Parts: sequence; structure tokens; C-alpha cells
Amino acid sequence: MEKEGTCHTLAVASAGGVASIADHTVAIIGPPNSGKSTLFNRLTGLRQKVANYPGVTVEQRRGKMQLTGMRHVELIDLPGVYSLQARSEDERVTRDVLMGNMPGTPRPKAIVLVLDSTNLGRHLMLAAPILALGIPTLVVLNMSDELGRRGGEIDTADIAKRMGAPVVLASAARGEGVEPVREFLMGTLAVPAPLELPVLNNPPACRAWAAQVSGRAYRPPAPPQWTKRLDAVFLHPLAGPLIFAAVVIAVFQTIFAGAVPMMDWVEAQVTASGKWLGVVLPAGVLRDLLVEGVWGGVGSVVVFLPQILLLFLFIGVLEDSGYLARAAVIADRTMAKVGLQGKSFIPLLSAYACAVPAILATRTIENKRDRMATILIAPFMTCSARLPVYTLVIAAFIPERPLMWPLGTRAAALLGLYLLGFLAAVITARLLKSSILKGERTPFVMEMPPYRWPTAQSLGLRLLDRSKVFLRRAGTVILAVAIGLWIMAHLPLAGGKAPEIGDSVAGTIGRTIEPVIEPLGFNWKIGIGLITSLAAREVIVGTLGTIYGIESEEDAGGLQQALRQDLTPGGAVALLVFFAFAMQCMSTVAVVRRETGGWSWPAIQFGYMTALAYGCALAANYLVTAWLGA
Amino acid sequence: MVRPPVLTERGHGKILKLMQLSGNNGDPRPPVTLCQLRRGQEAVVDGFDLPEEVARRLMELGFLPGSAVRAGRSAPGGDPRVFEVDGSEVALRRETAAGIRLRELRAGRTAG
Ligand SMILES: Nc1nc2c(ncn2[C@@H]2O[C@H](COP(=O)(O)OP(=O)(O)OP(=O)(O)O)[C@@H](O)[C@H]2O)c(=O)[nH]1
Ligand SMILES: [Mg+2]
Repeated sequence: MEKEGTCHTLAVASAGGVASIADHTVAIIGPPNSGKSTLFNRLTGLRQKVANYPGVTVEQRRGKMQLTGMRHVELIDLPGVYSLQARSEDERVTRDVLMGNMPGTPRPKAIVLVLDSTNLGRHLMLAAPILALGIPTLVVLNMSDELGRRGGEIDTADIAKRMGAPVVLASAARGEGVEPVREFLMGTLAVPAPLELPVLNNPPACRAWAAQVSGRAYRPPAPPQWTKRLDAVFLHPLAGPLIFAAVVIAVFQTIFAGAVPMMDWVEAQVTASGKWLGVVLPAGVLRDLLVEGVWGGVGSVVVFLPQILLLFLFIGVLEDSGYLARAAVIADRTMAKVGLQGKSFIPLLSAYACAVPAILATRTIENKRDRMATILIAPFMTCSARLPVYTLVIAAFIPERPLMWPLGTRAAALLGLYLLGFLAAVITARLLKSSILKGERTPFVMEMPPYRWPTAQSLGLRLLDRSKVFLRRAGTVILAVAIGLWIMAHLPLAGGKAPEIGDSVAGTIGRTIEPVIEPLGFNWKIGIGLITSLAAREVIVGTLGTIYGIESEEDAGGLQQALRQDLTPGGAVALLVFFAFAMQCMSTVAVVRRETGGWSWPAIQFGYMTALAYGCALAANYLVTAWLGA
Repeated sequence: MVRPPVLTERGHGKILKLMQLSGNNGDPRPPVTLCQLRRGQEAVVDGFDLPEEVARRLMELGFLPGSAVRAGRSAPGGDPRVFEVDGSEVALRRETAAGIRLRELRAGRTAG
């Protein structure tokens, strides 16, 4: 690398800029899936979402990076872009931040351009418009490990000279070659003489420039053989769909049956610690609140942690391996039938974890109407918060029998509920796209990432983060609801004694709405659960846990037993259907409002989903009761 | 790299058909487009019959006039299909591929 380079006109600005970058903002930019977030995480110690498909990051994320002593820079991780011509909402974020048009974000003083070294020719196309901005830029050629493994080679010094910008070869995933980034930001990295670059704004010119820059200095790696072999299986006309179905079935069976030992273990701990508390604490209000309210409420939700982690493990493997992008290709035809496209499939699939990030992920959909339709149907996908409710009701009402190896009746019922949600989403999309959101068919263009091994570390971190989110929710929302409910269930005091729960404040509220929900087969206890679950779906499990905890003198065989006494089979099916369709999640309402820029869409969505939930639950209760009665 | 000979042979057969189809100068028949390319066949991009926006995005992904493109596997039913172009793999629907004109059909892969 050249040591001089401070005497040219541009060089002064560049070198001066580099030296004073500390305490300013630095943007990380690059094409999608080049490893920007991986590098960001390395440099800041944060844990931004990283996954193996284009379009993971959809909003700007900032983080402090320590340089030396008190000096630090503010790094901004940005959505991937192919050029500075923004087409979708996420690309617009990158462009606005880069141009200093993003309110609240100062224009970056330097850029770290992350390119995939295994595909340098094409990725260098982005370097032309970025370098032309005249902001000090460090070019990081990422994925050096993959490049080396596949026999590619790069002479970085040569490329740097022809680009007029410092170039380093790195592997963000392994942390190799990351040190020069720090040096660059501290102004101690040797910077080559900047060049007057032609202003290029059409892709052919950029590509020609890229070819000239990489030239002899770059030997492209061999094509990824494993990706070809795996695609031969996963995109096989026959084996592909079969494997897809087999994987789905195995996932459901594992989530249901495989998680049972772990869940039993957690449940045993919760029960034992609750009993222990009951013994060691002196009798009184505090003991009752803790044992009935908190342990009964929060404890009954915590039991589901292993199951949710298992679900996230599967989603993690899908996302990290690169299979997700293939699944989007396979799903495209189906999506096209309802007026959407394969790109909508990725947010919809991530909605199986949670609708909130899924709705954010729709930013990658270029077409506004497609994006809106995807936002509106995403909450129908079975999010992980529904899992505790489904599991509880299914386990209480459906006996486990082998159905079709390896699927048992319970796992099949769970699968059925997932399909039900998917069906509702698809039908709603069809309705929307043939009426208010009618529009032209938009092209589906998607880059396929190479397959990569999901690392134990990245999967482990995902699960750790997920556990934290889950437990935090259990310790805040669910705890607050449990305590509030317990207090309301003990008021008003009559002669210093708590009333029967049915006559308490909570019971009165439940009884007030009972006439409305009675046709669905729900009594006032379920009614209270429906109200509290407006905060978040799984809260109903905690609520029922608290109510039954107060009611039962002895441990009466747990939540399932109690539920069987309170719900008819018709009511149980109705409850499942209600939860499949209703939009009981305030965070989702809030994010839809934010992303659609007003209250009208979330209001329509909430109304539609609640009406559908009510109507279908009513029908389910009526049909099941008639069927069983006959 | 050793390629399965079956693929190459199959490629050759299809190419011949395509060449006849495309004919040569003065031919009034429509040009060959990407959606006619079968798995394993390779050709060179010539131009686009697509809206400006779409053509630009495709060019950013490597479908530049003059670059080689090779048809890969597809979803069941043949649509969408994955194409190898300029070092990456990009999935396109048939309707989009139909808007990419081709020239210089070649058998199999030249390098690799
Ligand atoms: N082998 C290898 N893989 C890497 C390296 N850096 C990142 N990856 C993987 O590349 C994939 C994409 O990484 P991300 O950091 O999410 O990429 P990104 O640029 O932020 O992607 P978008 O947010 O979608 O634009 C992930 O599967 C990473 O594990 C690397 O140096 N070597
Ligand atoms: Mg990212």
C-alpha cells in the first residue's frame, strides 16, 4: 500500500477527514448480504441481526465503537443497496443517511464500504458512485475465508491504487483483518492518493470501471460447489417439495413432542419453587400474591420457553443456511396466485417468530401495494406468542395418538392451526389485491445467497437473545398483569375479607362481557383472559394461571385440568380459532401505525381481524358442539 | 471441474434447436429471450424489453448487455428460474426473463 498521498487536492480533504473522524458518524455501506452487520457487530460489540439472505437489515442502526482512550466513533449499520438509486423503503433509508437527508442523523464523515470478495467484479460496481461522493472511504473486501477456500486471490494494494482508496481484505465473521478498520478511523492507516473518478451513473459504465479496477489483481474463486449440490436437491422438481414438506412435519413434531421433557423440567422447577415459597413465607397477603399471582401467572408462561426456543432454532437454521431464499423461489408461484410475490414470503415466514420484525422486513418489497398487503396479512401468520395458548389448549383437549408417522395427533392439530392462519393470510391477500390494493404484477427479482453452515455460535446467540426477550416480557408485561389481576380479584374487601373471585372487580369485568362471548363457548374467566391478552397473546395463559391459582385450594392437577372443567370441546376449538385470527398484540398495532404512517390501516386491520375471529369462533363452537352432540 | 456429460449433451441438443429458432439477419421472427434458455444452457445478454426501472435493477444484478448468463434450476413447474450471471445467482420469473433478449447461444459453460 502506498505511504504517501497527502499532496493531491482530494488527498488533503481525505487525509484531514480521516484524522478527524473520531467522534463523528461513520456509515457502513455495501450490497445486500455482503456482511455489513457482521462487521458492525464485530466493531461495536452489539448484536444486530445477521442472516444469510439479502435484505436482513431494513433500518439504520447506530452503535458506538471505541477507538483509543476516550475517543469513539458512531457507526451506522445500513440496509444493503445495489446502487444509490433507491427503489424500496430500506434502500431509501441508506440513501437518505448517506446524503444527510435523514432527520436526526448527521451526514457521515466517513464510509466503510463492505464488498463480497468472492464476487468482486459485480460488487465493485457500487464502489464507483460511493467513491464519487468524495467522502473518505475504506473498502473492506469481506469473506476472505470463503475466497481463500475456493481458490480466489486478490492483490489489495493494486486495487487500492487504481481506486484511489484504501482497501483491506477481511473476514468479518472470523474477525480477521478487522484491525485496519480501526486504524482507518483513527487516521493511522496509509491512504493511497485519491483519484479523480469519472462520474458514473449507469450500470454498464460502472461494471466496465469495476472490471478495469479489479483487472489482473483479482482471480475469481471457483463457483461454490456445495451450493450447486444442495440446490440440485432443494430445487429438484420432486425431491424439493417433498423435503420441504418433510422438514415442516418434523419441525412440528419436534416442537410438540421434542420439547416436552424440557418443558416438564421447567414446570417441575416452577411448581417446586412455588411450593417452597408457600412453606417458607409466613401466611399472609404477600405469600398469596407471590404464590397465586406471580408463580401461578408468570410461572405458567415461563414453562413454554423451551418450545419457543426450539422454534427459533429452526427459524435460525433456515435463515442462516440460505435455504430461506430458495423457499421464497419455491413459494413465488403460490404467492403470485394471490397477487403477491416471492419477496413477500420472507417477511411472512419471519412472522412465524413475531409479526413486529416481519412488518419491518416488508420494507424490502419495492411495490407499495404489495408491501401494504403483506403488512396487513402478516399478523395472521402464527407468531410464537400463540404457541403457549395453542399448546395449552391442545394438550388439554386432544389425546396424543400416533397419526401418520412421525406425526402425532397433537402435532397435527398444531400444524392445522398454522395452516389455518396461513389460509386466512392468503385469502385476505387475495381480497386486498383484487380490490383496494389492486395493481400491476411486479417482477420478482431476488439474489440467491450461497449456502453457509449455520454456526453454533450464531444460533446460540440467537437463542440467548430470544430467551432474554421472552423472560423480559415475562418479568414486565406478564408480571404486571398477574399482580394487577390478583389485586383486582381480591377487591372489594368485604369486612376485611376478599370476596369470591366471581364477585370481585376482576370477576365483575369478566361477567360484564360474558354475554358477548358466551355464544363462542367462553365463560367470564376466559373473558378476563381475552381482555388481558390484548397486551400480548400469551398473557392469557398467565391470566388463567393466576385465576386458577386463586381458585384452587390444592394443586388441582394444573392448568390443563382446570381448563377442561371450564371449556366444552366446542369452546376449546373456538378459543383456538379466535387466537388464530384475532390481532391481540399492541406492539403489532403500533408498528403497523408507524410503517403505514397513520391510524387508519391499523384500525381497519384490527377491526377486520377481530370480526373474523369472532365469526369463525362462533361457527367453530356451533359446529363442534353439534357434531359431538349428534 | 468434471461436469456430468449428460448435461452437456442435453445442452448441445437444445442449443441447436434454439439456433434454428433464432435464425440470422433479416429474420422477422422474434428474438430469443432468456425464458427460452433451458437448464445448463448459456447465452449472452443483448438487451431488454422491460420497463426502465426493472432493466436497471437487472443490470445492477449483473444482467448487462454482453455478459454471459446461464440457466440454472427452477422452482417446481419451471417458474421462477435461477440464473447464473456475473458470479451470482439471481431468481427471475418467466415474465421477466421473457424481457431479456439474448445473442450468441453457447453450449455449456466455457470456464470453471
Ligand atoms: N464465510 C463468511 N461469511 C460471512 C462473513 N461475513 C458475513 N458472513 C455471512 O454472510 C451472511 C450475511 O451477513 P450480514 O452481516 O447479515 O450481511 P449484511 O451485509 O448486513 O446483509 P443485509 O443486511 O441483508 O444487507 C451471514 O450468513 C454471515 O454469517 C465472512 O467474513 N465470511
Ligand atoms: Mg445487515
